[in-house]
Amino acid sequence: MTEIKAATEAAHDAGPEFSTPAGDATALAAAPAGAPTGAGAPVVRRSRGEWLHFAIRNKKVVGGLGVLLGILAIGVIAPLFLQYGPRERGVGPRNGAPSADHWFGTTTFGEDVFTQVAYGIRATFLVAALAAAVAALIGMTIGFVAGYVGGIIDEILMVITNIVLVLPVFVVLIVITSYLGINNIPTQALIIGVFAWPWVARAVRAQTFSLRARDYVDLARLTGVRPLSIIRKEIAPNMASYLVMVFILLFAGAVLFAAALDFLGLGPREGMSLGLMLQLATEWGALQLGIWWWFIPPGAIITMITGAAYVTNVGLDEVFNPKLRET
Amino acid sequence: MSLRVDNLRVYYRTLRGDVKALDGVTFRVADGEIMGIAGESGCGKSTLGKSLIRLDGRMRYIEGTVELDGEKLPVDDQEAMNRFRFTEVSIIPQYAMSAMNPIRKIGKMIAELLESRGYRYSGIKPELERRLDLVGLSREVLKRYPIELSGGMKQRMVMVISTLLNPSLLIADEVTSALDVSTQKAVAEALVDFRDRDFVKSMLVITHDISLVYQIADTIMVMYAGKLAEKASTQTIINAPKHPYTQLLISSLPEVGVKYADRQLTGIPGSPPGLLNPPVGCRFRDRCPLAFDKCVEEPPFVEVAPGHEVACWKAM
Amino acid sequence: MLQLNRVWKIYRVGAFGTKQLTAVRDVSFGIEPGEVVSLIGESGSGKTTIGRMVLRLNSITRGSITLDGNDISQVTGSGLKEYYRHVQGVFQDPFSSFNPIFKADRVFEMVKSQYFPRMKREAWWNKLDAALADVRLDPGTVLNKFPHQLSGGQLQRMLIARALLLDIRLLVADEVISMLDASTRIDVMNLLADLKARGLGILFVTHDLALGNYISTRTVILRKGVVVEMGETAKVFSNPRHPYTKNLLGSVPQLHRKWSEVAAELHLDDRSQVMHCDYHDRFPGECGRPAADPDQPNLVEFEPGHFVACAREAITESDLVTA
Repeated sequence: MTEIKAATEAAHDAGPEFSTPAGDATALAAAPAGAPTGAGAPVVRRSRGEWLHFAIRNKKVVGGLGVLLGILAIGVIAPLFLQYGPRERGVGPRNGAPSADHWFGTTTFGEDVFTQVAYGIRATFLVAALAAAVAALIGMTIGFVAGYVGGIIDEILMVITNIVLVLPVFVVLIVITSYLGINNIPTQALIIGVFAWPWVARAVRAQTFSLRARDYVDLARLTGVRPLSIIRKEIAPNMASYLVMVFILLFAGAVLFAAALDFLGLGPREGMSLGLMLQLATEWGALQLGIWWWFIPPGAIITMITGAAYVTNVGLDEVFNPKLRET
Repeated sequence: MSLRVDNLRVYYRTLRGDVKALDGVTFRVADGEIMGIAGESGCGKSTLGKSLIRLDGRMRYIEGTVELDGEKLPVDDQEAMNRFRFTEVSIIPQYAMSAMNPIRKIGKMIAELLESRGYRYSGIKPELERRLDLVGLSREVLKRYPIELSGGMKQRMVMVISTLLNPSLLIADEVTSALDVSTQKAVAEALVDFRDRDFVKSMLVITHDISLVYQIADTIMVMYAGKLAEKASTQTIINAPKHPYTQLLISSLPEVGVKYADRQLTGIPGSPPGLLNPPVGCRFRDRCPLAFDKCVEEPPFVEVAPGHEVACWKAM
Repeated sequence: MLQLNRVWKIYRVGAFGTKQLTAVRDVSFGIEPGEVVSLIGESGSGKTTIGRMVLRLNSITRGSITLDGNDISQVTGSGLKEYYRHVQGVFQDPFSSFNPIFKADRVFEMVKSQYFPRMKREAWWNKLDAALADVRLDPGTVLNKFPHQLSGGQLQRMLIARALLLDIRLLVADEVISMLDASTRIDVMNLLADLKARGLGILFVTHDLALGNYISTRTVILRKGVVVEMGETAKVFSNPRHPYTKNLLGSVPQLHRKWSEVAAELHLDDRSQVMHCDYHDRFPGECGRPAADPDQPNLVEFEPGHFVACAREAITESDLVTA
């Protein structure tokens, strides 16, 4: 029988308490030091595998991930079977409505819209994943270091973070991309990533502050473990669920940024992306001409990707944070 | 007033089944009595306290009756209990210090609390102030936020709030656990004072600290693994307990003046049984040095001497 | 063996660190092998801070801590790692001391990889078994389990076993049993007493006077970061001289004596008796509170092995009820 702190059972659950990272993560409430407390309700001790049990049963997670993976599947598999290239002109009638041959119709240049959408999905996922990775890397590194070391290093890193945070990201992206010119996806991803990390750094820092005060971190210090190892082995694993959610949110945000940049004509002009489709459609008056099949599919897909990502995120929050669950 | 509890059973539902946290307890508390409920973690004492006021949504009431002053308490119905909470039955919960809204001034919070119950704050304020004086808090605290008070002050504040409407029964759940020794004494003495001045009629003091409850309680009830082990007057429990668990527990407590070199105390080996599937018969059987074959049959909680009830075959 | 010399801990608080908060003020005492020194105090007394400073988890603002004469107040890196071979700690909350997502015996693995990297597995198992036997744990019961599958008592013993793996000479035990049930507390206390008999020094930080009395050789009573009384445990407990100590002893709930009885014995109702100051007895003309730092009263050796701080104007009426 275990001695249990009834009021802080969440403290022993498989992860720290956190809110969705719109703002700073909440620090864990610490129980006042004192004598053993009564058992109250039995603590639900979850082993690492149990969250999978809850994840599968959570409609938001299943639905959101299903949509994301479905769209990704189209992007990955469809181009293998398509006969045309995304930029091949004249494969069908110009401005043709959706038909059996061309599921999403054709553009002003006779390009197959469905093909374009399929290749566009690839590009979008790629740029978003890369951008999210870059932002996650920068944000988490700064967050962990600032949170663990504290002191003057924390102050300096937070000054940097705050400066980047208040920059109007979109404007900066426009300026940089129009000045430098972007010709490929990795560059675009890099530039987006370099500006999307500040909230990650702050959130990770807040979590690290709270985890750093735990006794097991002290115990690791007493074993002579070096700070970097402590961050890697003691602190980060306890935040794993949170970091996953951070990545999902970064991904969704990057999809929107990339689409917006492409729409303004500031993205790579070779290949195809969903934003570029929107840009071309607008440029060629698709709205006025009523060629709805040129811009609605890309717009809808962007919305679905972003929406599904956010819904998955909310669902994961419920899975990892038992207090939010409806039961 | 008096409290009658008959065969109260309250379980917690979990994914793995029902945890039989409180498995059939029967006892009486007399008018003006302070009863200490002592036991280790997991024994069900907190569950008992909370089930009498029904504030925990995870509890599942199974069976049993509770009668306060002759009136049946609807402890199976969360809504129906609302009428009794704060007015007839009140609780000072564990971590009471965190029980106050941090973004409300204390006076405002009390006003809102009273209005929600249909009482006018202005009418009660004079009495409130008198009680603050009694526990040694300045009237200024009403204008402060909880964070400005120390732990002991917050505890006493919650005590005053909980007893403001003179409930018949006060349940004090581990109210001294997180406090310093000198504050513990002040809070414990305030509890007795409240009873002496008739602010509350009877009190259940739930704690793991038997020496504290020895100081202030009239009777002590010892619980183990969801059941009652022994109940008697304070002096009897401390000096002449009959249940093996009580005997071992008392003898394992270090006291000021007892040194390891002089007299080595011993603990109780093993640990309490899990309550998902409690063992058949006496739950202390596995750890009891006096266990014999009859113990596979559960001993009833009966009176073996006037005012002294025990659940043990050896004690009968 | 371990000696604290005029140790201070001052925190900077407030905006831009302009204000100062003194948590520990000019504390000096020592611990010899086989000795248990109890640091007794209420919350805010600085006892945990001192324990953490001895463990070098907090920095030492002023003063020094020496082990066998070597000043370890500022060592870092490999020097610190070496220090941890001799001094280890166990904390209050057993469940917080283990990383919840890993198995409990990972703490032993960490010790092996840091301090015994080249030891063969076979030899390591034997060493581990011996350490677990020392703390009276059965390896089969506690190894290969997650922390939540074990009890608080078992976890605390595992932490003590971990410390013993390193052949330490001093253990800092910070409220190690306050989160355990009454019936398991005494077992861990007896274990500590056994280890003391084998030559381990223990710094026992607690707020519980009964526990301090049970196993300690010497007692240090702290109040707001200052030592108010210290000396051999028997002398301090049977003949408390400082008003604060008397107040503490009078507030502890005792199992066979009511508060009223204890208060009568300590003459707590007689203010002149309570506020009697031994410093002024010994040094009548002098002020026991140096002008430079009136919060730092001087200590006087009341009897051999029993030191008391100046009590005059130290305690006000409201202090006697510490809320």
